[in-house]
Amino acid sequence: MFNLTVNGRSVSVDAEPDTPLLWVLRDHLGLTGAKYGCGMALCGACTVHLDGQPTRACVTPVSAAIGRRVITIEGLDSKAGKAVQSAWEKLNVVQCGYCQCGQIMTAAALLAQNPQPADADIAAAMAGNLCRCATYVRILAAVKEAAATLKGGQDHE
Amino acid sequence: MNEMIHIVNESRRRFLQVGAGLTLALYFRPGPAQTASAPTGEAGDAVLEPNAFVRIGEDNTVTVIVKHLEMGQGVYTGLPTLVAEELDAAWSQLRVEGAPADAKRYNNLLWGPMQGTGGSTATANSFEQLRRAGATARAMLVDAAAQQWKVPAESLSVSAGVVTHPASGRKASFGELVKTAATLPVPSEVKLKDPRDFVFIGKPVIRTDSRAKIQGAAIFTLDLRLPDMLTAVVAHPPRFGAKVKGFDASRAKAVRGVEEVVSIPAGVAVVARDFWAAQKGRNALTVDWNESAAFKLDSATIMAQYRELARQPGAVARKDGDPEAALANAAKVLEAQYEFPFLAHAAMEPMDCVVQLRPDGCEIWNGEQFQTVDQATLANLLGLRPEQVKINMLYAGGSFGRRANPHSDYLVEAAAIAKALGAGPLAGRPIKLVWTREDDMRAGYYRPLYFHSLRAGLDKDGKLLAWQQWIVGQSIMAGTALDGMVKNGIDPTSVEGAANLPYAVPNIQVDLHSPKLAVPVQWWRSVGSTHTAFSTETMIDELAQAAGKDPVQFRLDLLGQHPRHAGVLRLAAAKAGWEQPLTPGKAGERRGRGVAVHESFNSFVAQVAEVTVRADGGFAVDRVVCAVDCGIAINPDIIQAQMEGGIGFGLSAALYSAITFKEGQVEQSNFHDYPLLRLGEMPAVEVYIVPSTEPPTGVGEPGVPPIAPAVANALFAATGQRLRQLPLRLT
Ligand code: FES
Ligand code: FES
Repeated sequence: MFNLTVNGRSVSVDAEPDTPLLWVLRDHLGLTGAKYGCGMALCGACTVHLDGQPTRACVTPVSAAIGRRVITIEGLDSKAGKAVQSAWEKLNVVQCGYCQCGQIMTAAALLAQNPQPADADIAAAMAGNLCRCATYVRILAAVKEAAATLKGGQDHE
Repeated sequence: MNEMIHIVNESRRRFLQVGAGLTLALYFRPGPAQTASAPTGEAGDAVLEPNAFVRIGEDNTVTVIVKHLEMGQGVYTGLPTLVAEELDAAWSQLRVEGAPADAKRYNNLLWGPMQGTGGSTATANSFEQLRRAGATARAMLVDAAAQQWKVPAESLSVSAGVVTHPASGRKASFGELVKTAATLPVPSEVKLKDPRDFVFIGKPVIRTDSRAKIQGAAIFTLDLRLPDMLTAVVAHPPRFGAKVKGFDASRAKAVRGVEEVVSIPAGVAVVARDFWAAQKGRNALTVDWNESAAFKLDSATIMAQYRELARQPGAVARKDGDPEAALANAAKVLEAQYEFPFLAHAAMEPMDCVVQLRPDGCEIWNGEQFQTVDQATLANLLGLRPEQVKINMLYAGGSFGRRANPHSDYLVEAAAIAKALGAGPLAGRPIKLVWTREDDMRAGYYRPLYFHSLRAGLDKDGKLLAWQQWIVGQSIMAGTALDGMVKNGIDPTSVEGAANLPYAVPNIQVDLHSPKLAVPVQWWRSVGSTHTAFSTETMIDELAQAAGKDPVQFRLDLLGQHPRHAGVLRLAAAKAGWEQPLTPGKAGERRGRGVAVHESFNSFVAQVAEVTVRADGGFAVDRVVCAVDCGIAINPDIIQAQMEGGIGFGLSAALYSAITFKEGQVEQSNFHDYPLLRLGEMPAVEVYIVPSTEPPTGVGEPGVPPIAPAVANALFAATGQRLRQLPLRLT
C-alpha cells in the first residue's frame, strides 16, 4: 500500500512498487488524462507534475512519487495551467488530442518557471513532447498566447 | 481494478456506467454558453428525430449523429456544421454523438454499401446528406410553429435555434416546438440554402472536441474502463509468418494480477487485471516459435529485387502514344530511380480495442474506422451475424489509415482472446487489448516499400515529349476484402498520382509490379501519393532544369488542361514570393526554395518550401507556403490545421522515418529509432485557400504529398544535389 498525494487529495494505492506512476494513475485511480505513448520517456504523452516539475509518469515508479505532490491534467488549476488551456481552446490546437494533455502539462510547467519564454525556450521545453498530428505551429502560438495572457493586457484584443 | 477509486471524476463516471448496457455516446460541451449537460432525450419526453443524423430534445439540445471517426481531422466539428447550417441552430445547443455500426443508415456514400472513414471522403460524402438532414428538421420545426400559431409557414423565420413570427413578434425555441414537430410527417423534399446565406459554412468555430481533449476528459479506447474489464497484451512472433510452437506460462502466471495466458493465432496473450501486470506477465513468458515459414529478408535485398523487376514490363496502368519510340528520338532523356522505405503509422495512441463476448453477440469499443469490414470479419470469426457485432465508436488518438485495416487485425486479435477465454471462469468479461509502442512498430501494418524507375524526354524546344514510369511495390488491396478493386493487375492505390499525371505529355506509359511479401501492408495517410508525388514532382523539377526553364513556369506550361492544379500553383508561388530572390543565410549557409503540386482525393495542393543547409551539412525547413483548393471551404480553420498537420506529418517521413528489416526482423521499436518531427523542427506554415464553388472535397490527406518533393527540390536549389531516396540525406 502506498499513500500518494494526487491533485491535492491523499489516496492509497495497492500496487507493486515498480509500477510506473502512469499506470497507477490510469488503472488504479481512474485518472486517464495522462496517456501512454511510448513507455520510455520518448514522447511526453504521460507528462504530469511532480512537485511542480514536468515528469514522465511512464518511467517514474510509483514508489518515487511518495511524499511528493502529483498533479495531473485533471487537477491542473494553476494560473499558468488555466492560461495554457484557454489559449489551446482559442487557437484550436487539438487534432486527435491524444498528446495534448502532455503538451499542456509541459507548457504549464514552462510558463510557471519562465513566464515570458523566447521561441527557442519554448522549442527546448517542448522538445520531449511529440505530436503525430504535428500541431506544432499552433502549440507554439498557444504557448505565446498564454504567456501574453499571463503578462496581462492581451485578454481583450 | 480491485482498488477503491478514491478520486471521483465526474466526466468519467458516466463511462463507468456504460457496461450496464447503455448506449455509449460522446458528449461534449462546445463552449461556455453550454446549458444542459444531460444527453438529449433524458430531460424531456418528446424527441424530434426526423432522420438518422439529427435528434432534437425538449431540453433544446440538437444532437448530431456523426457516422465518421473523429481521429483529429475534425469531423466532429465540420459535419455538425452542415446540420447546424441548414437547421439554423445555435452552435451552443449542438451535441455530437458517434454513430453505431449500421451500414444501412450510415454507409459512406462514396463507398457504396460500406460504412467507414477514409480516403478523405467524410465531408465530400456528407455535404448533401447532412444539409438535407438539417433542412428536414428545420422544416418540421417551422411547420410545428405555423400550426401552433395558426400562421403560414412562409411567414416564419429561423435563426440561432429560435423560430420567429416577425409580424407578431412571437418566438419559440426548438425545444418548445419538439412535441408538436414530432407528430408531423417528415417532408420528402426540402429546399437547401443558397450559399450566399450560409452562416456557419466558411467560418471558423471552436472545435467541439477541444474542451474535453484539453481537460483530459475525452475518452479514447485506452481510457475506457468497464466493470470487470481485463487487460490483455500479446507476445507477437519475432518475424511475420512465425507460429507458436509452445510456451511456458508458469512464471507469467506467478505475476500478481495475471489471470490467464492463452494461445491465439497471432501469438500468446497474457490477460491481467491491469496493464502493468499484463506487461510484466508478458516479460516473464517464454515462447518457442516455429520460424520455418517465417519472413527472413532484409530491406536491402527487397529493394535490389524490386530494382530488377523495374527493368521488366509490368501491368500497364496508363498508356498514351508510344513513349519508347518517342524517347528514342528525344533531344534530352533523363533517367532516375527512387527508393521509399516501409513506414509505420505510429499514431500516438497505439492500437487498442475492447471486446466483450456475450451469449447473444459481441460488443466492441474502438477508434472505429472500418465498421462494415470489421463487423463481417468478426462475425465470421465468432460465428455470428454481422448485426450481432455491436460497435461503439470512440475517439481515436490518430490513425492515418491504420485503424481501417482490411483484415481487422487487432480486433481479430482481441476477439480471439475473448473466444479463447470462452469456456473458462473469465468468460464474458470485457477484454481491453493494448499494443505497446513496440507492438505498434513491429507487428505491422506498414506503408509498403516502393521502388520507382522513371525515364522522361524533352524535345529540342524543351517541351515534354515522353514519360515512362515503372512502380514496384506490394498491393495493399489484393487478397483482402477489397480485392475486387484490383483490375487487370492494377491496384489503384499503387499508381494513384502517377497514372493520372496531370502534365501534358503526348507519350506516356506507367507500369506496375505488385510482388508478394509476407510483410503486412496498408494505406498510410495519402496512400499512393506518398510515393508517386515524390517521384513525379522531383522528376518534373529535373526536367524544368534540363529545359532551362523556371520550375513554376515549366509546370504551368504543361497544366493547360488542369486549371485547379495551376490555380494552387500560382497562388502558392505568388504568396511565397517566388519571383523575388530568397534572403541569403548566414555565412556558410546555403538556402534554397522548391515547389511541388499534387492532386489527391480530388483536392489540389501546392507547397513552396524554403530550406537552409548549414555548413555541417545538416539542414532545416524554415518556411512552407501552402495553397489548397478543396472546393467550398466548410471550415477554413480546420482546412488550415489539416494542411499544417499534413506538412508536419509528411516532414517526419521526408526527414526521418523508415521501418527496415534485417533477416526478417523489424529493426525499429520506439521513437528513439523511429523519430518523429519535434516542435523546434516545424517550419513556419502559411496556408491559403482558393475560393471555390465546387463541391467540398477532403483535406485530411492532401496536405501530405507535396512536402517531401518540395523539400527535395529546395535542397537541390541550395546544393545542386538531387535526392531520390526517402528519408532525405544530403551527402
Ligand atoms: S509514455 Fe511517457 S514519455 Fe511516452
Ligand atoms: S493532436 Fe494528435 S498526437 Fe498531438
